[in-house]
Amino acid sequence: MNVADSSPAPAMNNLLASNADSQRTLYPYVTGTSVVGIKYKDGILLAADMGGSYGSTLRYKTVERLKSVGKHSIIGASGEISDFQEIMRYLDELILYDNMWDDGNSLGPKEVHNYLTRVMYNRRNKFNPLWNSLVLGGVKNGQKYLGTVNMIGVHYEDDHVATGFGNHLARPILRDEWHENLTFEEGVKLLEKCMRVLLYRDRSAVNKLQIARITQDGVKVFPPYSLKTFWNFNAFQNPTVGAEGSW
Amino acid sequence: MTKQQANWSPYDNNGGTCVAIAGADYCVIAADTRMSTGYNILTRDYSKIIQLADKSVMASSGFQADVRALQKVLAARHLIYQHQHNKQMSCPAMAQLLSNTLYYKRFFPYYAFNVLGGLDSEGKGCVFTYDAVGSYERVGYSSQGSGSTLITPFLDNQLKSPSPLLLPAKDAVTPLSESEAIDLVKTCFASATERDIYTGDKLEIVILNASGLRREYMELRKD
Repeated sequence: MNVADSSPAPAMNNLLASNADSQRTLYPYVTGTSVVGIKYKDGILLAADMGGSYGSTLRYKTVERLKSVGKHSIIGASGEISDFQEIMRYLDELILYDNMWDDGNSLGPKEVHNYLTRVMYNRRNKFNPLWNSLVLGGVKNGQKYLGTVNMIGVHYEDDHVATGFGNHLARPILRDEWHENLTFEEGVKLLEKCMRVLLYRDRSAVNKLQIARITQDGVKVFPPYSLKTFWNFNAFQNPTVGAEGSW
Repeated sequence: MTKQQANWSPYDNNGGTCVAIAGADYCVIAADTRMSTGYNILTRDYSKIIQLADKSVMASSGFQADVRALQKVLAARHLIYQHQHNKQMSCPAMAQLLSNTLYYKRFFPYYAFNVLGGLDSEGKGCVFTYDAVGSYERVGYSSQGSGSTLITPFLDNQLKSPSPLLLPAKDAVTPLSESEAIDLVKTCFASATERDIYTGDKLEIVILNASGLRREYMELRKD
């Protein structure tokens, strides 16, 4: 018998999940691309574009991927948009039930991040993941918080975080240029630099982005806007000029 | 339509290296603080070391989400133990608990590679080393994780521990002094970080002895 014929893959598939008759997210449908988040002097800044991709088709152009969660937190999501909307239903219920105690306590970003971490890990244990990478930022009692969690439950905190392509393209910039005492203006400028690089090199990024800010004084998600771009580099003009078999 | 993506996997390897050395009256447990996935560094400052009881410390590498879940289970089980027995769990007891906890998930394992270090009931240093499904052994020193292939032979060479087959059994503790053991650990990681891309950024060393627990840090390569 040929060694290549006795591949263990089919047996493995049956062991892990029967793909035919179950309703699981085995691959995403409509997805959002990178989210970038940083700490700055007074709080947290998050940036994400508003594209919703259906495979490689740009299907939706006004998807809000930055949302506030309670009084002290903002969440940014990349990955499956419908799963993110489900997560928002979980979070809104969580915040509502917490409010109903009416005891003057409220969930902070640390608690929300921990909750998300458990939800994501629990769903991966059921082989039914929520297909997202999430960024959670917030300020409570003067403490800044910025963390992330992905679809299999891997999570961490840092001074700056990014999902997906942002890990490749934005974080090297952030490691170079980020510092503790960024002002709001400097922070936005740094995020815009990251988003511009992503716009140029990430094919599913679109030039319509939102920035969200959270400080001690509360959450603000700014209205969407576009970045100035420059496409007139010589190499962009006619990259195939002179190449045989092209026009 | 043909399949475009690789099948989803519930596992990831976030890298990292753990080392523990037991001495006559101390134990040194160390791990780097880098967390990676593939060629990405996710963060440079994630501690892989957790204190499970007064005299047991665990260092874990592998899949971070599983490691965190494992740590939570052990912390919860230790809290119950304290309520039931009104004392801290001993390190050998914690070692057995860790083994059982890992084997409990034998058919959907925690992808975690652990070393447990501490002091036994006589105050002697002890190290327990594990695989992902709970096989374990008490040893004098051990290394686990992505850099273990580089560090283990080096420790074997430097520490020449008595064979576990010897009869009557000989103590596995190393003959080094505490400060010599710390230096040896630092040397191990300084070497591993040169060749293993998953080891780096910072080394966290926990030292357990009769006077309690102490932490030391050493910077490692950031590339």
